[in-house]
Amino acid sequence: MISAPRTATDRTKLPYCHESFHNLQELRHSASLANKVFIQRDYTDGTVCKFQTKFPSELDSRIERTLFEDTVKTLNNYYAEAEKIGGQSYLEGCLACLTVYLIFLCIETRYEKVLKKISRYIQEQNEKIYAPRGLLITDPLERGMRVIEISVYEDRGSSGSSSGSSTTSSSGR
Amino acid sequence: MSAVMISRKVTRKWEKLPGKNTFCCDGRVMMARQKGVFYLTLFLIIGTCSLFFAFECPYLAVHLSPAIPVFAVLLFVFVMAMLLRTSFSDPGVLPRALPEEANFIEMEIEAANGNVLAGQRPPPRIKNVQINNQIVKLKYCYTCKIFRPPRASHCSICDNCVDRFDHHCPWVGNCVGKRNYRYFYLFTLSLSLLTIYIFAFDIVHVVLRSVDSGFVLVCFFTLWSVVGLTGFHTYLISLNQTTNEDIKGSWSGKNRVQNPYSHKNIFKNCCEVLCGPAYPSVLDRRGVMLEDSSSPAPSDASAASTNKGSNPVSQTTKSSAPLIPNEHTPDEAKPGIGAGTQKSASSPKDEKPPSPTSPNAVAPGVIKESTH
Repeated sequence: MISAPRTATDRTKLPYCHESFHNLQELRHSASLANKVFIQRDYTDGTVCKFQTKFPSELDSRIERTLFEDTVKTLNNYYAEAEKIGGQSYLEGCLACLTVYLIFLCIETRYEKVLKKISRYIQEQNEKIYAPRGLLITDPLERGMRVIEISVYEDRGSSGSSSGSSTTSSSGR
Repeated sequence: MSAVMISRKVTRKWEKLPGKNTFCCDGRVMMARQKGVFYLTLFLIIGTCSLFFAFECPYLAVHLSPAIPVFAVLLFVFVMAMLLRTSFSDPGVLPRALPEEANFIEMEIEAANGNVLAGQRPPPRIKNVQINNQIVKLKYCYTCKIFRPPRASHCSICDNCVDRFDHHCPWVGNCVGKRNYRYFYLFTLSLSLLTIYIFAFDIVHVVLRSVDSGFVLVCFFTLWSVVGLTGFHTYLISLNQTTNEDIKGSWSGKNRVQNPYSHKNIFKNCCEVLCGPAYPSVLDRRGVMLEDSSSPAPSDASAASTNKGSNPVSQTTKSSAPLIPNEHTPDEAKPGIGAGTQKSASSPKDEKPPSPTSPNAVAPGVIKESTH
């Protein structure tokens, strides 16, 4: 079942495209994990959460560079928004201090709200862009905000060079 | 397909976390293993305040003002809340690398080192990054199998890498790191205020009633240590430094790198540390671990994870990544220094008159952390 509309030009650009990976469920059932690529953190701006936008060579034949870079840049923007120190964070901090931090039992912190947005964004990206190409992004939160883990799947029917483990660890949910 | 529900306790992720923490309340509370000194702290604070409320407040409320005990109660509640918040929260523990990530990093290191001759020792695992035009070295943690982010450090008491590691505090029974530093600071600050408050009204009480001044003496010593500690941390915050960095002298000295994290503005530094965002815990302690495929029933009950999703495969607690054969302990690995952290250059906060210490000695003593 085709879930997301893909233009003909998208498909012809990729030299290696998976006809059978139409959605996440099919990916899990009919594919085996070949490899995992880890996008590391970029510490040039300090300790803020930011990931490197350098395109890994392992994904060269799987996805266009611009799509990948867009995803990472958007994630970086989300994290920057969560960690921004400005009026809103001061207000939140002062209010929380005055209520002896009990207010966090009732309301969500700004960071948590942004993390939910990120989780929805990653899910959407997986469904629309990555799963059709046999890839799956894991939310960095599940990896301690250290790496963005991208799982590379091979179609079971055509797998010949998969060297990774055959665990079906589903990542990205 | 009918769902067969087996009524058994779900396994939450905190039960399988590596490291030497203890967890309570089904993963909501996270502390270090040794909690004896924490109980002592609780006893001292509650004991002192109880004595104050029992013996001095009635007199002060009647003869001076009822606002005095009221304010003392508020301050006491704030102190206890901050103490419990510091002690029970995740300090910013970085989870260990899963086997695939560890392998990936190993392969990167191998590629970077090139060919090492058989008898030779491989170079130490260090990554250089440039932060604000300063070169900062990131060290590899052999326990957690990750390159530690800047300012992170491995606490050997809790056996975890902690982000923005300040120190391991036995008085609060936990590490102090990125997530709970501000609560720790507010705890020491409010405890200083409480001690000064009780001390002041002790003196007033003694003067007004000409009673025994033993209590005042005890408060005096407590005051110096707690106020000293608060002063030290205020100094660290204004420079945006951690205790760990201060002890190691990371940013001091002419030939050393200048602190790249400081905004060079005291106000901005304070704002960042105290009013920054509330970082979430990346340890999904209360997430439910899904059972393996070998369990007899489909785990429908455990599929609904409480928090941010769950790993379907329960990873091993000990990292069992196949290591490259020339893995070795690096030169800079030192054995742990002594048993238990000593954080006591200034005298501890106890009510028995301790050996008099110089009020200027505010820097903490030996901080035990493995420097591998």
